[in-house]
Amino acid sequence: MSISGKAYIVGAYEHPTRKADDKSVAQLHAEVAYGALQDAGLNKDDIDGFFCTGAAPGLGPLNMADYLGLTKLKHLDSTDVGGSSYVLHVGHAAEAIALGLCDIALVTLAGRPRAEAMATGTAPRSWGLNVPDDPFEIPYGRTVANAYAMCAMRHMHEFGTTSEQLAWIKVAASHHAQWNEHAMLRKVVTVEEVVNSPMVSDPLHRLDCCVISDGGGALIITRPEIAKSLKRPFVKVKGHGEATKNQNAGYTDLTYSGARWSGPRAFEEAGVKPSDIQYASIYDSFTITVLMQLEDLGFCEKGQGGKFVADGNLISGVGKLPFNTDGGGLCNNHPANRGGMTKVIEAVRQLRGEAHPKVQVPGCTLALAHGTGGLLGTRHGSATVILERE
Amino acid sequence: MLEPGRPKPKPTPETKHFWDGAKQGKLLLQRCGDTGKAYFPPRPFSPYTGTRNVSVFEASGRATLHSYVIHHRPVPGFTPPYAIAVVELEEGPRLMTNIIDCPQTPEALVLDMQLEVAFTPMDDDISLPLFRPTKGA
Repeated sequence: MSISGKAYIVGAYEHPTRKADDKSVAQLHAEVAYGALQDAGLNKDDIDGFFCTGAAPGLGPLNMADYLGLTKLKHLDSTDVGGSSYVLHVGHAAEAIALGLCDIALVTLAGRPRAEAMATGTAPRSWGLNVPDDPFEIPYGRTVANAYAMCAMRHMHEFGTTSEQLAWIKVAASHHAQWNEHAMLRKVVTVEEVVNSPMVSDPLHRLDCCVISDGGGALIITRPEIAKSLKRPFVKVKGHGEATKNQNAGYTDLTYSGARWSGPRAFEEAGVKPSDIQYASIYDSFTITVLMQLEDLGFCEKGQGGKFVADGNLISGVGKLPFNTDGGGLCNNHPANRGGMTKVIEAVRQLRGEAHPKVQVPGCTLALAHGTGGLLGTRHGSATVILERE
Repeated sequence: MLEPGRPKPKPTPETKHFWDGAKQGKLLLQRCGDTGKAYFPPRPFSPYTGTRNVSVFEASGRATLHSYVIHHRPVPGFTPPYAIAVVELEEGPRLMTNIIDCPQTPEALVLDMQLEVAFTPMDDDISLPLFRPTKGA
């Protein structure tokens, strides 16, 4: 079954906070949910499908459904594949709508790792004592940052990728973030500033890493007849793909990501190719994440990512593939340490023509949003959606 | 002996043989009897065929440096900067480890360099398979 054209994103809302000292996580879920409902012109009781992840307080979707007062639910999904979850949820919501399981789906994400002073990227994080691989990784000092940097090191070795090329990804994000009043890092940076910033996990520098922020976002997805009764521009879900990248029992390959499977699935369903995409939201936990995903999605050949991202090729109005025009995780925000939600939201803004005028892609009708969740160098989820302005 | 603070692996019924071997200075892998392919981490079924036709065998301890990073931020049990690495064993599987007896610098750590296992005790119960540059290589 294809979901192409069977669902539309009619509401999208990004929380403006970046540090939520005075709000609970549940409250942030409510604020983004109501923000997206207002954007769509719908009411709470219109929602009959609810999507969130383990980052939401409570047991799956239960506690947030209760707290938000969602009483009409007939479809639930709390699939958790880390930061890629919210891209995947767009696909799952479209599937549920296409099957008639629900009419109007709400997806929420919120969190406050910054207010809680969480050591997100550079301290060990275990997903629990029963995770079978953790005793063979955590005792050696595995952290989020070095499970990504490990990929960068091997990519540099095999393909000649340089720190300067990776730095261009941050430079492009900063060019976009300067126009975003909510972005945490609005200063435009240079390649030199990136490569001269302190080492975090060599070969990744501080400015190769995303920010740690509070906040969140929400999406409303519905079927075509309802979408067309609403006042918002029509943003159609045209294709979706998801995949896991495994370690393969000791045969992990550090040079590619799950995008090599989720990407082609999404492109096939959408009936388009990478060169058709006018705007791309690419998960940017670290600069290397972007580079490898661009290759795996087919925007360039494997190993050519360094050349592809260099010299401003990702800067809107300058390069061939405008990316993360909100500033992305590298400069804008990374709410709850999960960037998939904001990737979808900025793609929706571009398709609606509601991105900042300085970064809006003229006549943007086809966009891609892609997420990686988990650890690039070990195991991760991968989700791709292709969206079209109708 | 390693400096204190690292999270300590807790052997389970499926990993006990590995940690018992480590304590005796043996790097134990498993092999799928259906495909002949070695695999890691331990599990009592083949990740390739799903059968229980698997056996434990001792690896040579020889490896190459597949990738690494030098971590510069504080982590309990480590004095930064320290290298965390993925090494490729002669038998095929890759595993995460640390590189010892070697400066923790990009100049000293060269990808694909020859390494050998060096079991290092955390305490009386657990030894970790760390790796060091092969002498004379």
